[in-house]
Amino acid sequence: MSTTASGAFVRHELVPALPAPLAERGAIRFAREHLFSGPLNIIMTVICAALLALALPPLVRFLLIDAVWEGENRDACLNAAGACWPFVQAKFGQFVYGFYPIAERWRPNLVYALCAILLAPLLIPSAPFKRLNAVLFFAVFPVLAFVLLTGGNLDLRSFLLGRLLNWESVTGISRFADLRLGFWSDYAISALILSGIVALVTGLIGATARAAAYATLTGFVLLGIVLLCVDLDVGLQPVETRLWGGLLVTLVVAITGIVASLPLGILLALGRRSSMPMVRFFCVIFIEFWRGVPLITVLFFATYMLPLFLPTGLSFDGLLRVLVGVTLFAAAYMAEVVRGGLQAIPKGQYEGAMALGLGYWQTTGLIILPQALTLVIPGIVNNFIGLFKDTTLVLIVAIFDFLGQLRAAFTDPNWASPVTLYTGFAFAGMVYFVFCYGMSRYSLFLERRASAGQRR
Amino acid sequence: MSSEAPKSADCQAAVEMIDVHKWYGDFHVLKDINLKVMRGERIVICGPSGSGKSTLIRCINRLETHQKGRIIVDGIEITDDLKKIDEIRREVGMVFQHFNLFPHLTVLENLTLAPIWVRKTPKHEADEIAMKYLTRVKIPEQAHKYPGQLSGGQQQRVAIARALCMNPKLMLFDEPTSALDPEMVKEVLDTMVALAEDGMTMLVVSHEMGFARQVANRVIFMDAGQIIEANSPKEFFEHPQHERTKLFLSQILH
Repeated sequence: MSTTASGAFVRHELVPALPAPLAERGAIRFAREHLFSGPLNIIMTVICAALLALALPPLVRFLLIDAVWEGENRDACLNAAGACWPFVQAKFGQFVYGFYPIAERWRPNLVYALCAILLAPLLIPSAPFKRLNAVLFFAVFPVLAFVLLTGGNLDLRSFLLGRLLNWESVTGISRFADLRLGFWSDYAISALILSGIVALVTGLIGATARAAAYATLTGFVLLGIVLLCVDLDVGLQPVETRLWGGLLVTLVVAITGIVASLPLGILLALGRRSSMPMVRFFCVIFIEFWRGVPLITVLFFATYMLPLFLPTGLSFDGLLRVLVGVTLFAAAYMAEVVRGGLQAIPKGQYEGAMALGLGYWQTTGLIILPQALTLVIPGIVNNFIGLFKDTTLVLIVAIFDFLGQLRAAFTDPNWASPVTLYTGFAFAGMVYFVFCYGMSRYSLFLERRASAGQRR
Repeated sequence: MSSEAPKSADCQAAVEMIDVHKWYGDFHVLKDINLKVMRGERIVICGPSGSGKSTLIRCINRLETHQKGRIIVDGIEITDDLKKIDEIRREVGMVFQHFNLFPHLTVLENLTLAPIWVRKTPKHEADEIAMKYLTRVKIPEQAHKYPGQLSGGQQQRVAIARALCMNPKLMLFDEPTSALDPEMVKEVLDTMVALAEDGMTMLVVSHEMGFARQVANRVIFMDAGQIIEANSPKEFFEHPQHERTKLFLSQILH
């Protein structure tokens, strides 16, 4: 570089970019800016470092360094100072499938695989065919999973007419293929009668009767297809839900609860803000009832008390009752989270939509809910995570979920050792953490994506 | 009186309000409103805050309900019949003080939403119409941005374009420039003047007296829920009759 005496200057060669000084780069800069930027920060850093130094080495030693990795039974772990991984390995099948017959384990495996294959593209925003994917996951997959896991072939006996009068004496017990003529004739006639009633009622209150009747009939046809699927004998060996267990039950309860509680919660939240007093009243009562009762009570009631109230002969599967209980319980909490989001939407949004001629459901579905749900993603996922962990409570109604199977495995004398208990819980902790942390990270991703571009 | 056929109303009238009263609880906000807006007419409503001018135009598309009297919009009387209300809202565009754009949708999606869902216009056609109106309000290049990324004036022009996409017979403006920075008022007013020159029927609640002078056929002054004075802009500004009007004008025109 050269400067003339007059102070004029022309640069002839551009200065190449140089690496920043060491103190301004990478780890050192990060540490200076984030860990040691001030007295309070330094104290916090030191305390956290001390806590990590206290906690991490023993943990690593227990889980990895001192752990026993191979062995056939308790002998390998009797004198171990670390985790007894052969125990987890030996019991892994039990943890994942419970007492599901070993020869039939391909069925839960297939359900796991289908779930993963359908869920993954649904969660990735850029994946194509979202609508088809959603239909497959939310409508087809549950039916398929039900048939695969239980074996289907429910052998349905009676629908409405069968309950009201002795319909089977009219139709006899004849069957077409595997289907009872009694049930299906009953179903068809009930569907027609109910559609007729709906048409009549809507006609009386001045709405379009034909559309209402068609809608009802379409609903019955769709339900009929689902019932047909679960009624058909597809040749699978039936597996009672009593035999299910482990991660299978945990996931079935959690996913059903999560998937069903969100739409139900949204409807309840909308109902609670409805201008129709009866709808509002019902929703408030429903929400407050379920929020006022502990989940354990709900499960207990569903399992042991409900059968006493139901008419004899009518009984529902134990797991189904738990599923319904968990779903309604979660829906009540979800409703309040969603309501929080609804309340944050300014009145102008409703007015803007109404002034354009959008109806209530269009306004709600296109304008209000997309914004309200985005606002409460943290709360919704919070509920999901809570629900996922609450599934362990099914243990008290003798359904052995993942944690239940773990506890059962502890009682196996073949594996009784001083470290079995710790190993088991460490494993369980890691499994639950993976699921919950996954949900948490995904929710953060969604939040960032949703807020991109629409800052007000 | 509701047994009378609404068709008896003047077919040249875009809006007809007959003896309209409205209460908020015990508070009598609109008193004895009689107003007839002819097709192609442009009316500016002014008055002090709380005088009921916003409430008046919000009654026309049923964002507010009136308790007494008749309101007939485009030959359809406003009753509790939800279908009729939706029918009216399709034909009446509205622009709000705070824009009320949908922040989670892009500008283009804001514009095409109602045509697609309410008018069942095919998407590509709705896109074309939307771009036409965006060009008309001079911001076609913003089509794929979100409302939050635009300036206030641009947002209000998007809101005007959004209402126009429904091809309304009547446009209501509820203080369209009151929430804008001063230098953005002009771009919105220019858009509205252009709209007026195209012959749109407009009801504008505004204190932009320049705008009123330039485009209005009639200026209406409201106070305490009543129409105090209505006249052509020339007469209204130069020879106000009522004392209240004179006071208001002296304060607003300095």
